[in-house]
Amino acid sequence: MGTTASQLGKDLLSEYQELTFLTKQEILLAHKRFSELLSKEDRNLTSVPMEKVLSLPELKSNPFRKRICHVFSTSDMKDGSLTFEDFLDLLSAFSDSATLEIKSHYAFRIFDFDDDGTLDGGDLEKLVNCLTGETEDSRLTPEEMRQLISNILEESDIDKDGTVNLSEFQHVISRSPDFVSSFKIVL
Amino acid sequence: MEVVGEEDGDTEGKRKNGRSKKDEKKEDKEKVEKKQNKKNVETSSEHESSEEEEDEEEKEGEEKPDVLSPEELEKLKEEVDERKKLISTLRGKPWPMRKKLLTLRESHEFVEKYEGALGKGKSRKLTKWMKFQRDFENFKTACVPWEMKIKEIESHFGSSVASYFIFLRWMYGINMILFGLTFGLVMVPEALMGRPYGSMPRKTVPRADEANAMDFAVLWDFGGYAQYSVLFYGYYNSQRAIGWLKFRMPLSYFLVGVGTVAYSYMVVIRTMARNANEDGGGDNNSFNFSWKMFTSWDYLIGNPETADNKFASITTSFKEAILEEQESRKDDNIHLTRFLRVLANFLVLCCLAGSGYLIYFVVRRSQKFALEGLESHSWWERNEVNMVMSLLGMFCPMLFDVISALENYHPRIALQWQLGRIFALFLGNLYTFIIALMDEINLKREEEEVLKLNMTIWEASLYNGTLGANSTAPPITVHPADIPRGPCWETMVGQEFVRLIVSDTMTTYITLLIGDFLRAVLVRFLNYCWCWDLEAGFPSYSEFDVSGNVLGLIFNQGMIWMGAFYAPCLPALNVLRLHVSMYLQCWAVMCCNVPQERVFKASGSNNFYMAMLLVILFLSTLPAIYTIVTIPPSFDCGPFSGKSRMFDVIQETLESDFPAWFGKVFSYASNPGLVLPFLLLMVLAIYYLQSTSKSYKQANLELKKKLQTVSHTVIMSSYLSSPPGGEHRAHQGKSDHQIPPSATSPPAPRGHRMPGPLPGNQRQPAPSVQRVPNSQRH
Repeated sequence: MGTTASQLGKDLLSEYQELTFLTKQEILLAHKRFSELLSKEDRNLTSVPMEKVLSLPELKSNPFRKRICHVFSTSDMKDGSLTFEDFLDLLSAFSDSATLEIKSHYAFRIFDFDDDGTLDGGDLEKLVNCLTGETEDSRLTPEEMRQLISNILEESDIDKDGTVNLSEFQHVISRSPDFVSSFKIVL
Repeated sequence: MEVVGEEDGDTEGKRKNGRSKKDEKKEDKEKVEKKQNKKNVETSSEHESSEEEEDEEEKEGEEKPDVLSPEELEKLKEEVDERKKLISTLRGKPWPMRKKLLTLRESHEFVEKYEGALGKGKSRKLTKWMKFQRDFENFKTACVPWEMKIKEIESHFGSSVASYFIFLRWMYGINMILFGLTFGLVMVPEALMGRPYGSMPRKTVPRADEANAMDFAVLWDFGGYAQYSVLFYGYYNSQRAIGWLKFRMPLSYFLVGVGTVAYSYMVVIRTMARNANEDGGGDNNSFNFSWKMFTSWDYLIGNPETADNKFASITTSFKEAILEEQESRKDDNIHLTRFLRVLANFLVLCCLAGSGYLIYFVVRRSQKFALEGLESHSWWERNEVNMVMSLLGMFCPMLFDVISALENYHPRIALQWQLGRIFALFLGNLYTFIIALMDEINLKREEEEVLKLNMTIWEASLYNGTLGANSTAPPITVHPADIPRGPCWETMVGQEFVRLIVSDTMTTYITLLIGDFLRAVLVRFLNYCWCWDLEAGFPSYSEFDVSGNVLGLIFNQGMIWMGAFYAPCLPALNVLRLHVSMYLQCWAVMCCNVPQERVFKASGSNNFYMAMLLVILFLSTLPAIYTIVTIPPSFDCGPFSGKSRMFDVIQETLESDFPAWFGKVFSYASNPGLVLPFLLLMVLAIYYLQSTSKSYKQANLELKKKLQTVSHTVIMSSYLSSPPGGEHRAHQGKSDHQIPPSATSPPAPRGHRMPGPLPGNQRQPAPSVQRVPNSQRH
């Protein structure tokens, strides 16, 4: 379990360094920011509720912030709360040096809104709505939405089953030159 | 750009360590069966199976180490090795931290326990070494400058604007290295160990100019004391070895000149290769819509205003793409469009020709002024060349922008055309400048010939009247400032480049201050008392022009490469300029600019800019090489004075500093009979490599098609059979076509409901089950 004490143990720090793509300074900074999120709450709590995590400036403007919390959360109550270790996992997957495989794996899970292991039409529709913003006039018409989703499936769905599974997703993503540089969150 | 390489090095280092230990053990034991090893790795990536094996091993290991038979020892060794491999790849596994920690601790325990049985002590040294490596990586990341600034810009403007600053920082690094070379190996030795100022004619300000040698105006123009110093070529003495170190000054000057170019080539090509790897080449399938969907959001954005902009631009790009897809067959009025495009290109060509002629004209005029004496002209006339070049560089791109409205291209294509035209403009201007410079060089060389003749007359006039015939006289000492000296064309070239760069820098900064800052101030404060909304309407705040700035940076660097041989101070000047630029532009961007409305991830632009840099590098070194190889150096200034060609210094060094056989070997190697076959061999090698890579691409495409047909047949066969049995048949069909799971796809995470994709099994029938009524799903 992550520690809420004011100092990270040295052994633990070196283990985290070995298990994530973060450098020592980044882990210590993450610990500091995480402790700040906890500071107003009960000292004995080890996990931060989702609302507090979403108040981080790096996540506040992100349309996928709730999905990110759900994906990285290991709490049994499925409420999206993060422990310090979950937080480190998050930062490691979004760090500059993470591999394409890790990033595409987590991207797939984030986009999979109904958690069924594939991206079907419903997932894609929710994805588009997230990307086009909250206001009414920036959304796509149902016609455009249908056209868009059929175009996407035509491009990425290799086995033509109407959904995009993990390997098809990774195939598409690995060809994209922008993905690695935009899928980054830095504290 | 840098951190990725570091982390890879870290894991690679660990892997290398694992391998070296293996080699060690090879010496002790029999050979390891690698096939078993691989299988073990794949199975042990599952948590339970590794636990099972551990139990097995524990049972075995309970017998004390010296009782273990060789086969068991081997198996143990394999286990340990594959555990180590697991440890080094743990961070790339998409498991939650708790599971990773558990696996790590168990594996560490296991390895330590059985390491003792197999081989001693080295593990501790190696972990210390790995720890040192990791600390060094951390230190290196901490040393990278301006990290916080760039992060702030990333969060406000997204990754495309930040990419300009990352590029600037990378250029700064290169220029630091060039500065180190020129400063440490050329300027410092001459300053410390060479003859001091005033001891030779080439090192002294001429008597006629002494009066105003310290004036600021003269120094700003790089004349006076600035000209007769280590900053320029002409100051250096041609003595073969100077100081108590016997430092070979001319050789060092030549080699540093060659070395800067070689280093630059190496760095640019290495970065291009790295970028090309990341691009994941192969076929050029473009997944337009999918990429827009999955990769268009920039996770670095932390500012709500930027986020809103991004939403708007994503929506626009979706709508545009959908429209384009529908209209792609519409042909309306193609003849008019074609005519307009031809017209636009014609206009652009006229512009380019006009600007080239203007520069040529202005340079000729400035030569005329120089002949008449510079003091009789106004400031404008003295600095005409530089001002004209800078102004052209400022206004012509705007003109191109207006002309391109005729062409009616898609914005991304229009951007590429614009960049291409600006590139042609800068290149044309630079080369016209060089041609005009060549004319001046020839003029100066004619002057030199005349002066050499006059020298003898002048020397005779010194002795005039004090000698009779046939008497030897003591040499008359003349102060170096009074001796007539030749026009040093190399220093002149160096000075021209330095002046060009200084005026270019000034123009950039002034444009920045006026165009961005003043405009922002006006818009902000005049808005209160103006009829229309200045912020949303006409002037509004400016956007940061990424491509224009990157081009400017690239051309600046080209000028540095061109002039560095003749003015060793250029890299130092550039380091200073980049340093100031970084701070100034970071401030300006945060203070005066707004995020772009249409965000064009000029994707693949990384390699596009690198390719341009490479072309500029090549084109800039051509003139320098030409002058070195064809024009003889001045007879009385610089480190090569007195030689017939500058590269003779190499010959001289070979003859005097190296043993005789070395010179012989070298002369054999430079024999055309050897060089030509070697060149031929290289051409053949290039051809062979190219055809191999083409065949790989072809094979790639074939495999892809095969994949598609296989998956189609599987789906077909599962349709043809009845639904419940269909799964089994499809499973069987699966096992026949062993589509090997790619090594990079991680197993599906646990804790997901069953109908997810099974680990390692790409195409599986669960999706087809979806088409069957829900009662069939389990």
